[in-house]
Amino acid sequence: MAKFLSLADAVAEVVRDGDMTAFEGFTHLIPYAAGHETIRQGRTDLGLVRMTPDLIYDQLIGVGAARKMVFSWGGNPGVGSLHRFRDAYEKGWPRPLEIEEHSHAAMANAYEAGAAGLPFAVFRGYRGAELASVNPNIKSVACPYTGEVLATVPAMRLDSAVIHAQKADRAGNVMLEGIVGVQKEAVLAAKRSLATVEEIVDDLGDRSYNACILPHWTVTAIAHVPGGAHPSYAQGYYKRDNAYYEAWDEIARDRDSFKAWIADNVMKMGPEAFAVHARTPAKGRG
Amino acid sequence: MSTAAKPAYTPTEMMTIVASRALKSSDVCFVGIGAPSAACNLARLTHAPGITLIYESGTIATKPNVLPLSIGDGELCETALTTVPVVEMFRYWLQGGRISIGFLGGAQIDRFANLNTTVIGSYDKPKVRLPGGGGAPEIATSCGEVFIIMAQGKRTFVDKLDFVTSLGHGHGPGHREGLGVTTKGPTRVVTDLCLMEPDAVSKELTVVSIHPGVTREQIAENTGWRIKYAADVADTPAPNGEELSVLRDLQARTKAAMQGKE
Repeated sequence: MAKFLSLADAVAEVVRDGDMTAFEGFTHLIPYAAGHETIRQGRTDLGLVRMTPDLIYDQLIGVGAARKMVFSWGGNPGVGSLHRFRDAYEKGWPRPLEIEEHSHAAMANAYEAGAAGLPFAVFRGYRGAELASVNPNIKSVACPYTGEVLATVPAMRLDSAVIHAQKADRAGNVMLEGIVGVQKEAVLAAKRSLATVEEIVDDLGDRSYNACILPHWTVTAIAHVPGGAHPSYAQGYYKRDNAYYEAWDEIARDRDSFKAWIADNVMKMGPEAFAVHARTPAKGRG
Repeated sequence: MSTAAKPAYTPTEMMTIVASRALKSSDVCFVGIGAPSAACNLARLTHAPGITLIYESGTIATKPNVLPLSIGDGELCETALTTVPVVEMFRYWLQGGRISIGFLGGAQIDRFANLNTTVIGSYDKPKVRLPGGGGAPEIATSCGEVFIIMAQGKRTFVDKLDFVTSLGHGHGPGHREGLGVTTKGPTRVVTDLCLMEPDAVSKELTVVSIHPGVTREQIAENTGWRIKYAADVADTPAPNGEELSVLRDLQARTKAAMQGKE
């Protein structure tokens, strides 16, 4: 049964030191506010899982909150490198970072297998790809019916998953719309989960019969954080702040400018700082 | 450049336009961000209005008015026929064989069109850690065929890749088949200098068409192996007025949107 908590209480309950945790979102609905709260609470030794780790993982890694990252594409989309990730991985600053690298198909299949309660995922992949020779978790199995050799990866088993969504109703049902990524699978593959939301409503209202909804008994905690996905976006609420992604390149390039940015924009702030980015939902699609 | 007159277009525009010409209305295309996205949308806005563009964020048959900065911009979802979960995108649509063309780029390519987007240097102690493969390892083997678009240079067209992120023609003839791969793999490599295709027998990339004003010396200087030429090398037609104006309008709209002047 989902509990409605403040962001600080929700992060304290859901994200714990040493967790294998995923702050998921495929460009859209990335839980930045929850990531910042995690930094403020000084979480450490996290194993960060994400298909497309972007700025929020650069920030978590840059403050030394992570021991490991599991990923399939680690960059600043359309801009370039994640400089804090590279500094940690290439130079061990502020602490060494272990990586486990996959393809998108492998990560997506691993999340699905985790949600399905299976021990591993099977798919047609990694053929001729060198990742299979550097990541010992990539193995293969022969199909018992045809003999075809297929790739396997272990199911994603998470201690915690953190997502951002447009709406929750007062019963704690959470609805996502637009590009939904692998958030549903991540929540269902995790022991504990947190959804930050733009709005809490009496009724989820007009929606497709096939809307992406996580029922209240699948979510541990919900926190109302309007604007909580900024600088990513919330379809129907606010657009992606592409200028922020471009500006991040310069901020993150240098250790001192990064530390100053974190001090001013994370440590001295709270979730209310995100509200300035929130917008009243537009009617209908887009 | 042997001619004195400065062409009325840039090498990047030439590359994007040549890539767009290779696409048809009947294609179902898995689109990467950057140069592939520009080429695919140019094709859609000119000679291939019916083309189905798919981005790995789950958007199917999307018709963006501006080029997205990321693979999952809201513009892609808002203009799509439908948006499916990412697991479904990779399982049903890509793995299921529903996509005819995958459009890739990379940091390094070799003579068999294998690609590296993972590291420069060794995997464990890289000189440069690149973003990684993303969807590419499976795009390279599950799409009917693969088009590659990359600016040509000695550091990008290399004799040996630092890491094989995605399979092209492997070590040559029979390599893909030996791995159980039934798709064609790379059939075209478009650069800012020329168009290459794998030789039917050796599978080695071979120059089939040279862009206006480009010399064989320039191509040699910008290739990390001894590049071969087809028996009949064509002259790539220069961009026409429509191609250039539609591409420039698209990029102007994109820039205005980035600056919040939509």
